[in-house]
Amino acid sequence: MKYLDEYRDEKIAHALAQEIRERVTHPWVLMEICGGQTHTIMRYGIDELLPREVELVHGPGCPVCVTPLETIDKALELAALPDLTLVSYGDMLRVPGSSSDLFHAKANGSDVRVVYSPLEALKLARANPARKIVFLAIGFETTAPANAMAVWQARREGLDNFSVLASHVLVPPAMRLLLGSPDNRVQGFIAPGHVCTVMGYRQYEEMVNEFRVPIVVGGFEPVDLLEAILMLVRQLEEGRAVMENQYVRSVTRDGNLPAQQIVETVFEVCDQKWRGIGTIPQSGLRIRPEFSAHDAEKIFGMSEIKVEEPTECISAQVLKGLKKPPDCPAFANGCTPESPLGAPMVSAEGACAAYYRYRRHKVLQERVCNG
Amino acid sequence: MCLAIPGKSLDISKKDGVRAGRVEFGGIVKQVCLDFAPEAEVGDYVMVHVGFAISRVDREEAERTYQILEAMGLLEGELPPSAQESQETLP
Repeated sequence: MKYLDEYRDEKIAHALAQEIRERVTHPWVLMEICGGQTHTIMRYGIDELLPREVELVHGPGCPVCVTPLETIDKALELAALPDLTLVSYGDMLRVPGSSSDLFHAKANGSDVRVVYSPLEALKLARANPARKIVFLAIGFETTAPANAMAVWQARREGLDNFSVLASHVLVPPAMRLLLGSPDNRVQGFIAPGHVCTVMGYRQYEEMVNEFRVPIVVGGFEPVDLLEAILMLVRQLEEGRAVMENQYVRSVTRDGNLPAQQIVETVFEVCDQKWRGIGTIPQSGLRIRPEFSAHDAEKIFGMSEIKVEEPTECISAQVLKGLKKPPDCPAFANGCTPESPLGAPMVSAEGACAAYYRYRRHKVLQERVCNG
Repeated sequence: MCLAIPGKSLDISKKDGVRAGRVEFGGIVKQVCLDFAPEAEVGDYVMVHVGFAISRVDREEAERTYQILEAMGLLEGELPPSAQESQETLP
């Protein structure tokens, strides 16, 4: 019985794909921003259900992938200190810094812990007052309220041994960068459903008006994505550009106000480096000075470091939707999830990793056939 | 990373100064912060991301979403076994 709903969804999915085929008369390039949506698209072969005219390119919306090398290096530097526990979301452990990763640091004796929630990091701090607990807080707008709450709570409780190494990224500035770029190919966006659950979609309305580009907030299930694609195709075929919300069951125009409020209280907007892309103005969040007692960068006096990224990787073009992962000569040929060269291969939600997991046999076969 | 999992609120109380409660995800029970879902009441379904409810959803929707996420194998990362919770004290 468990798969009954899935079967129903499959019927709806095919009906949606059929309607997209009927609507399409021109070629269109659409981008999903969120790595979770990229994963669903690859897993279910949604791109293969679509007519040839509709091309999906994959955006930079994997926070693990775009966390700069410098942040990983700082986390490694902290993890090596005595009496310090480095706490992180599980996805970050395998992400390579410039020379190593947290997983190896843990294997070599550093105290590195995985939590699923910042609340668990706070618990560790309460239970271990003699140890310094540093939480590596990464994420998009979806995760920022949870990370902000950990900082706010630490100050409220006077947890002097708890601090946060923060590396947050924001979606709209990255979309603006893509839209403003002379080589932009994207004609319609699927906006990330859970980022918009928190933030609402007023900022996206501004982009629709400024760039005359259709944007549809989409969910994470196959049917959600197909419906969002259909909504975009309808707009494009009719020459319209408006803001629409496919993910109405979770997203409202104003978003989650209490969540936005805690982010505003604890963080301030700053320029932020994105792995694979570079610095995007006003695209990150840093801890406000009022909370510097819980800011690991301030407490441990971390100096600004600059690290060069490998040059053989085309991830900058992949993250901007200019190239697909198989276009890279290093894809599955020197660059794999076990040994990634660039940002989109480092996490399961990165576009290169999603292609590697679900499409590599097809890609490799085509390479052999094309000599 | 930005995934959110629907779960059913079992109880709600003030804990460490925040509104929190136990939320059940297909048999697994987790402590969740409900400060960002002030409208949620016991018995309601909420979407949970890294231990925080970020929206309230209706029951049918929540159950359907849960089954799909389970079938997609996407629950693992969001709901790892909570071994850490029983080992709070560090060496």
